[in-house]
Amino acid sequence: MRHASADACLPGIRAPQNHNAALYGPRKNDWRQQIMQLEGKSVFGGIAIGKLSVYNKKDNQVKRRKVEDVAAEETRFSEAREAAKEQLKGLYEKALKEVGEVNAAIFEVHQMMLDDLDYVESIINMIRTQEVNAEFAVAVTGDNFSKMFAAMDDDYMRERAADVKDISNRVIAVLQGTGQGQITGEEPVILLADDLAPSETVQLDKSLVLSFVTRHGSTNSHTAILARTMNIPALIGVDYPETFQTAAQEEKSLDGAFGIVDGYQGILYVDPDEETIAKYRKIKDEDEDKKRLLQELKGKENVTLDGKKINLYANIGGVADVANVLANDAGGIGLFRSEFLYLESEDYPGEETQFAAYKTVAENMAGKKVIIRTLDIGADKQVDYFQMEKEENPAMGYRAIRICLDRREIFKTQLRAIYRASHFGTISIMFPMIISLQEVKEIKEIVAQVKAELENEGIPYKDCELGIMIETPAAVMISDVLAKEVDFFSIGTNDLTQYTLAIDRQNPKLDNIYDSHHEAVLRMLQMVVDNGHAGGCWVGICGELGADTTLTETFLRMGFDELSVSPSMVLKVRDKIRNADLSKN
Amino acid sequence: MKEFKYVVKDQEGIHARPAGLFVKEAAAFPCAVKICKGDKEADAKRIFGVMGLGVKCGEEITIRTDGENEEEAIAKLSRFLEENL
Repeated sequence: MRHASADACLPGIRAPQNHNAALYGPRKNDWRQQIMQLEGKSVFGGIAIGKLSVYNKKDNQVKRRKVEDVAAEETRFSEAREAAKEQLKGLYEKALKEVGEVNAAIFEVHQMMLDDLDYVESIINMIRTQEVNAEFAVAVTGDNFSKMFAAMDDDYMRERAADVKDISNRVIAVLQGTGQGQITGEEPVILLADDLAPSETVQLDKSLVLSFVTRHGSTNSHTAILARTMNIPALIGVDYPETFQTAAQEEKSLDGAFGIVDGYQGILYVDPDEETIAKYRKIKDEDEDKKRLLQELKGKENVTLDGKKINLYANIGGVADVANVLANDAGGIGLFRSEFLYLESEDYPGEETQFAAYKTVAENMAGKKVIIRTLDIGADKQVDYFQMEKEENPAMGYRAIRICLDRREIFKTQLRAIYRASHFGTISIMFPMIISLQEVKEIKEIVAQVKAELENEGIPYKDCELGIMIETPAAVMISDVLAKEVDFFSIGTNDLTQYTLAIDRQNPKLDNIYDSHHEAVLRMLQMVVDNGHAGGCWVGICGELGADTTLTETFLRMGFDELSVSPSMVLKVRDKIRNADLSKN
Repeated sequence: MKEFKYVVKDQEGIHARPAGLFVKEAAAFPCAVKICKGDKEADAKRIFGVMGLGVKCGEEITIRTDGENEEEAIAKLSRFLEENL
């Protein structure tokens, strides 16, 4: 247990040594700043906000009784066993519909357990030799078998002890004519329990469960599996007390109190204050927004109401980001920043290292476009082993393509790696910080050399689309000329804004006049689109501005062919595109 | 008597569900079916016995059938293991 405020007790006041110690701390009016927080292990993320409901098992107290008619007791047991199996068949059918075959299978296993001859013989044997009631024989046998599992050296098998108890309790409940616990009421709740047996979880009305919180259980337990199937937050190992103290210092039962489950951090809040509730409502709303967007927009086209289509790609900074790109349903990678290979390494990354990274990304994208931007270090990204001299003005200094055209061995190594990887997917190459036609011509010469080398060595490669970043006013102004040399333009709006407005974007004092919506910038964007299209290029944006949804419609009207944004923004931008109508003003 | 050795490839070993399915298959034959791991032996027609062996991924088990239809049983059970575990 831990508390929002570190000081559960004031100096000199010792907390009582019980496990709710901190709850009974200082009797001060403001003590309630300490909201009760209980820690556990999360088995599924998410936020649940609602009433707590403590689930109490019906106590199937079993007493040993001597029976006269042993044969009749055997029949009682056999009939109860059959009835229990019938129940399990019903549960299997129910679970099949609700949680799928894999999770329902446990009820088939339970039926088999009830058919296990060792188990059945042991019970019959006890009834016969000890002349005891069936309930008692089932309880003792169930205990023995569950101990066998509990003693095994495998977490998964130890967990199965609960299954044996569960089937035994089921038979006992039939024998005693009692039912099992249920949620009462109609309001969805956060369910608190010692542990939940599979039969208990499947009998629950799932629409009434917001989250599971259990004292015991493991990540393999049925409750955990069920929570994951139902996509609801769940915590295990939460040692919750029966009562807590309210703001008015009343002792109150946890059952019925208000609570929050933070499935990301593994925390249960009891009776949280307004501020905490507001904070979690916000997180929950964001979660739901994301889920809604995913459900509604995954697999959908990026098309406006009046039929204009645009490509929506994602920006990545490393191989690990690909999962995010796919999860958010981007159509490709519009900017693969290759710098990470250089920033993460102690020395120049070799051809093989680079090849492996590019190939992995190309393969994982399975034929979708991957635009790799060649080395863009310098300015705010420095690498020790490049041993670059300190500059007065690094943003305008020795960086990006300027380094590559000066130190060609570095450039060629990267290009070789990219072309080799091109064989494994659809790769395009993009060059940063272009200011002149001369640069583009030099790049194309080097590319031709690299391709010729690979050809001679018999190494397979594909022809890659070649494009340039438009991020200097110079490139904008001569974009008509550059368009004839390359296949595409991608606008780096961050640098373009900085250079156009002559504002250092690292200088926080200038934040208030750094305006990426500046008319000068927007006019440049239009100019690049028009010149690009006239010269046969497709034109996109890969800077932060691409994700600015207040401009999405403007970009569509300007005629952009592609927007590349961070993976988490893909669906938001898609939403905006699908709601835009360019036929209306 | 027929015998078949098999190394379990399933990451989770013989857990509850495949154990249940295996027992179901074994119970369909009239012959005796044993499952052994090391020096431990269990009746393959009883789920608690099979689960109680606690067979993990990479461990070798031996299936023995003895009696009526023993050949057919070993063929069917070995196929089951290869397909499911």
